[in-house]
Amino acid sequence: MSISTRPLPSASRTGPGELPQAAGAGGPLPGVPRLAARLLYQVQRLLAPNAGYRWLARWTAASPARTRIFTAAERAAKARLFGCQMCGQCTLPVTGYACPMSCPKQLRNGPCGGVGADGSCEVYPAMRCVWVTAYERAESQGRVADLRLLQRPVDHREHGRSSWVNYWLGRDEGLWTADDGLAAAPQIWRAGPP
Amino acid sequence: MSSGNGRAAMAGADQADGWEPDALRRRLQSGAQAVTAEIGPPRGADPAAIGRKVEPLRGWVDAVNITDNQSAHTRMSSWAGSLFALAARVPPVMQVTCRDRNRIALQSDLLSAAALGIPNVLLMTGDHPRFGDHPEAKPVFDLDSVQLLWAARTMRDEGRLLSGRTLDPPPGWLIGAVENPFAPPSAFRAARLGKKAAAGAEFVQTQYVFDVPAFGRWLAEVRDLGLDQRCRILAGVGPIRSLRALAHLQRGVPGISVPDEIGRRLHGVPPDRVADEGLRLCAEIIQQLLALPGVSGVHVMAPGFEHGIPAILEAAGVPPRPRLPPAVPAPAASSQERSGHAD
Repeated sequence: MSISTRPLPSASRTGPGELPQAAGAGGPLPGVPRLAARLLYQVQRLLAPNAGYRWLARWTAASPARTRIFTAAERAAKARLFGCQMCGQCTLPVTGYACPMSCPKQLRNGPCGGVGADGSCEVYPAMRCVWVTAYERAESQGRVADLRLLQRPVDHREHGRSSWVNYWLGRDEGLWTADDGLAAAPQIWRAGPP
Repeated sequence: MSSGNGRAAMAGADQADGWEPDALRRRLQSGAQAVTAEIGPPRGADPAAIGRKVEPLRGWVDAVNITDNQSAHTRMSSWAGSLFALAARVPPVMQVTCRDRNRIALQSDLLSAAALGIPNVLLMTGDHPRFGDHPEAKPVFDLDSVQLLWAARTMRDEGRLLSGRTLDPPPGWLIGAVENPFAPPSAFRAARLGKKAAAGAEFVQTQYVFDVPAFGRWLAEVRDLGLDQRCRILAGVGPIRSLRALAHLQRGVPGISVPDEIGRRLHGVPPDRVADEGLRLCAEIIQQLLALPGVSGVHVMAPGFEHGIPAILEAAGVPPRPRLPPAVPAPAASSQERSGHAD
């Protein structure tokens, strides 16, 4: 827990105002959402699963070529809009449409303890903490309660797959708990012990 | 809190001299305030290093945290350090971070800790390798701290791994977490502790507190949510022993804030008095914190100055640890303790 011996990140690693060049093996870079939270919550309603989307998802998933094209389009759009890492288990609807997988520690349940007083990312001080962004966006839309939901562990087999197809086919149910979990201890498994 | 399996050999026989591996759990269960301190394992293969650091603390603390490659600098592991602490008859809190291990290794190490008689674990995200002595290392972060707490609670209370496979017998450690009451988004910090409590944290140790009023504001939110009753709060404290350390903290170590008043006070004494003034200040902060409703104890962090911790506690009016109340009778203990939280 002690942090007193830690050198200042900005002094030793990234110069003032200097942005790290690429994510690479060091993990992702904090994403910056490009669209307003309000608009995205409206789009969310338009994307809710219905017969048409379910047909589209099944039709896409039935063909490797269509899956590749659809997934590439999703990747391009979401990488640009959110810094999406293609975890395939999208949690954006309950994180103020700020992508927690773009946190350098990929924290899905809230910020780490190292956020700078100005809201900067501890790992890349020139950038803003994803969770500070998430909190502000959720609060602006009255959705702070979303952030109290417990996010279940990521299934890394889904990495690189389309979360839209997963969503429309109902494969991503139970990614997070139904409530804050304080009244009754929620199970860590999405559907009972495997 | 659940009872401890795999600790039977440790507990019991040695009660006469006050040695109780489960002291932290029992102290918190009794409603008394607890004291813990932090110990960094050595960079080297010295088998006596941990013993040297913990021995001055024996009798003054309920447990010592053994850090897990703190600040992402490679050192002796926290489980090995915890064993050395047990051998020195000071109960350990084994710190476990998500930085270096995936869920397979994390659960394996947690099981091993229980089998080895380590009574407490402290589960946290951990510093990013970028800050450490191997900045080129691959960060793991397969689970986050909430998910690791949740996995540990599942192992202990449901007797199952994340895979669903059963554990026989399940582990029995006390589960702790960390929180920083001060870092943005500050309006979310109490709720974040709520997530950790919901996931399974029974106690929490906080980041260094220098700004007691700011800590009090966070604590009021925590109390409003009823969290202090289900997750005991140990406030993090530590002495600022030089103007250099003060400058380092004030320049903005992520997540730590030092009020100007503390700077003025340390600058206001002659240079050879700064260290003493820092200790006095730390003792005063401990007194203020222990007087706050909802604070269940303090966690003292003094890297490189562990031997000075008893003097700080004494100056704060915190005497050596009083004897623990009699243990719950053995036959009933398992079933009774397993059902609930610390109270």
